[in-house]
Amino acid sequence: MSGAIDTIERMFEHGGVTSTAPITRTMVLWAPDWPITAALRTSRVSLSSPIALIDRGMVFACSPAARAEGVKRGLRVREAQARCPELVVLPYDPVVDSRTFDTVVTGIEELMPGVQLIRPGMCAIRVRGPARFYGGEKPAGIALVALLADLGVTGARVGIADGPFTAEQAARSLHSRPGGSPVRIVPQGASAEFLAPLSIALLDQPDLVTLLRRLGVTTLADFAALAADDVRGRFGEGGAHLHALASGLDSRPVIARVPPEELDVAISFEPPLDRVDQVTFGFRSSADRFIQGLVAAQLVCTALRIELDTDAGEFSERSWLHPRSFTAADVVDRVRWQLQGSGVVDAGLSSGITRVRVIPEGVDAIGNHEVGLFGSGHDERIHHGLSRVQSMLGHGAVLTAVVSGGRTLADRQTTVAWGDRALLTRSPQQPWPGQLPPPAPATVFPVPHPVHVLDAAGGAITVDDRGALSSAPAQFSASATGRDMRTITAWAGPWPIDERWWDADTHRRAHRFQVVDAGGTAWLLVLEENLTASGAAHGPGSWWAEARYD
Amino acid sequence: MSAAIDSIEHMFDYEGMTPAAATLETANPAADTVRELQARIRSMQATTLDSRALPTHPALAALLPGGALQQGAAYSVERSATLLMALLAGPSAAGSWCGIVGVPEFGIEAASRFGIDLDRLVLVPHPGDQWLAVTAAIADVMGVVVTRPPKRASDSSVARLAARLRQRGSTLIVLGPWPQSEAMLTLSQSDWGGIGEGSGHLTERQVTVTVTNRVTGRPRSARMWLPDRQEHFGAVASAVDERMAERQLRTAV
Repeated sequence: MSGAIDTIERMFEHGGVTSTAPITRTMVLWAPDWPITAALRTSRVSLSSPIALIDRGMVFACSPAARAEGVKRGLRVREAQARCPELVVLPYDPVVDSRTFDTVVTGIEELMPGVQLIRPGMCAIRVRGPARFYGGEKPAGIALVALLADLGVTGARVGIADGPFTAEQAARSLHSRPGGSPVRIVPQGASAEFLAPLSIALLDQPDLVTLLRRLGVTTLADFAALAADDVRGRFGEGGAHLHALASGLDSRPVIARVPPEELDVAISFEPPLDRVDQVTFGFRSSADRFIQGLVAAQLVCTALRIELDTDAGEFSERSWLHPRSFTAADVVDRVRWQLQGSGVVDAGLSSGITRVRVIPEGVDAIGNHEVGLFGSGHDERIHHGLSRVQSMLGHGAVLTAVVSGGRTLADRQTTVAWGDRALLTRSPQQPWPGQLPPPAPATVFPVPHPVHVLDAAGGAITVDDRGALSSAPAQFSASATGRDMRTITAWAGPWPIDERWWDADTHRRAHRFQVVDAGGTAWLLVLEENLTASGAAHGPGSWWAEARYD
Repeated sequence: MSAAIDSIEHMFDYEGMTPAAATLETANPAADTVRELQARIRSMQATTLDSRALPTHPALAALLPGGALQQGAAYSVERSATLLMALLAGPSAAGSWCGIVGVPEFGIEAASRFGIDLDRLVLVPHPGDQWLAVTAAIADVMGVVVTRPPKRASDSSVARLAARLRQRGSTLIVLGPWPQSEAMLTLSQSDWGGIGEGSGHLTERQVTVTVTNRVTGRPRSARMWLPDRQEHFGAVASAVDERMAERQLRTAV
């Protein structure tokens, strides 16, 4: 009985339940500069060159070579380049980080189960199991570092201590000593002493750290010395948690991640099939299996990737999106469309298909996609209708449109197949000087067609280098043959376009005109200049109709 | 009298309506009476009895039979994409989905600026020989379908499509002539503003929009901004209206 009272008293002494919860011996693995390692794996840059990853105009991470030149995290790009002119600047992509670290985590899981991913480049493992297997904490740590070296990650460090926070600091404390041991062990119960001299800034909460500094608390020891009740009263639960961390009483357990399930489905054909309908028929049961596997995992698939292998060694892969979620019939449709290629129905295949593999790329909880009691409303009906048209004409035949940025009319509209997501490379928000003044033409010819424009005397019209017209346009024929000449009642132009003059292959120089014919129809005409390789104009140029205001 | 009976017989023959009325007008002195009767009978047997109106742009609504675009009806538009967009703008802004079949040159930027919601716009630019099947499939699920027949459709397939439109309550807009269209919209006398002889640029246009009603056969027209300086559509205030407004202003002062 007295023991129980004792415990309760101790609880109050330490300021709460958190501090009396059991503390897990934890091993934290830290791969320094992981964003750089990840970026190196995706781009063709060598580690010896100075690299900086940029996130929103600031240096997010830099390689050791760049750090030696004085580049550090938080610098503006321009300043980093001033310090190190040969700096290779790459954009930071958190997705690449996570994706590359996933292979490392999978590798560790083969060696030591129960890995908790803290962030890309850092993970935590319970020490107990590995320490017993390898005969001690230190051998376990060394085995882990050796495994990472096998996976091609150099410079990894391991910290072993009570709780993930102390273990992380132990791993980080190795940073300054390159030649030494890659493992640091803080003995059980010695966390507070180890943390004592460290800076308060290690607590990842800038507001609190600033305040504590102003209060004269600069080290973790100073913070830990404050009474737990006072800290809780002043800073609330969040502050009390940080106080426990600073006191070496990190009671957070290591929660092992659940390895993702294998959801992809593949089928091999022996002998290879060379007809689209044979392949789709053969794949039908696999598609059912694929969807059943997802349903068993309580998931639905919203994006998938289909890989096709042929007996000639060709390989085709493509991602398919679905505005709602894939059913087995939808998956079979996508396989068929990918086999058919550019919408040609019933085309023979150039070589036999040996293997079809479907990999889910985007999944969602099945509960979010449950059909309501009275159906899911309007959008589903539309999707079914449009899918039917797609199965008649091919995936790319049904389009949705978005307005994108650009100078020419063709640039300003982007169409994507129904179900796919639009990728805008040119933002419509930017000003795009040189675009046409409103109103926009209602008819934009997908392919401009040749027309004839002549002056009053029937002669050709040219534009000189200064942009002056040789004579006013007076007659116009909308056909390529030049028949059916109409009088021009009003016109405006020339408005020059001189695009990509630095590149001889894509250099384009043209003049745009708005022309109103006698029938009251307005046209957007373009006088394309014939350019020589050196970029000089020769000949009279050709007239094209790009759009009609009708 | 026999001529009158004849014409009533003709009336039941769907295709022959307008020519019959036209010949009557010139040949028979009782033409007015007959036409009135004809109109009454047609309004009784019209497809629009139980049909509902789609939200329509106010500038065009006044010209259309029934005062709006009707669900389940077909309309034909002659050679003007802007007029087509003016028809689509009303339903699209009110939440209808629009499908455009067989019009690869449909100007997307103009459509979005004229008030068509691109999130609810679907294009099938090249339906090929299956244009009628595609149009029917899209009409099943969307409020408004636009199509351009590459060739003349057979009467039976047109009737099947019309039945489907009525059943689904979708509106069909055809670029070009269509045998069963409720009304035919044409555009004439287009005057562009803002552009001169080598100066300015196109800013606004006044046109005469003529709507020919299939039932009465009478054309109705109005002068319209298509578009005006702010890229909106609207009726042009006539000289009389302007004078009235001016007078009202003066009396108010």
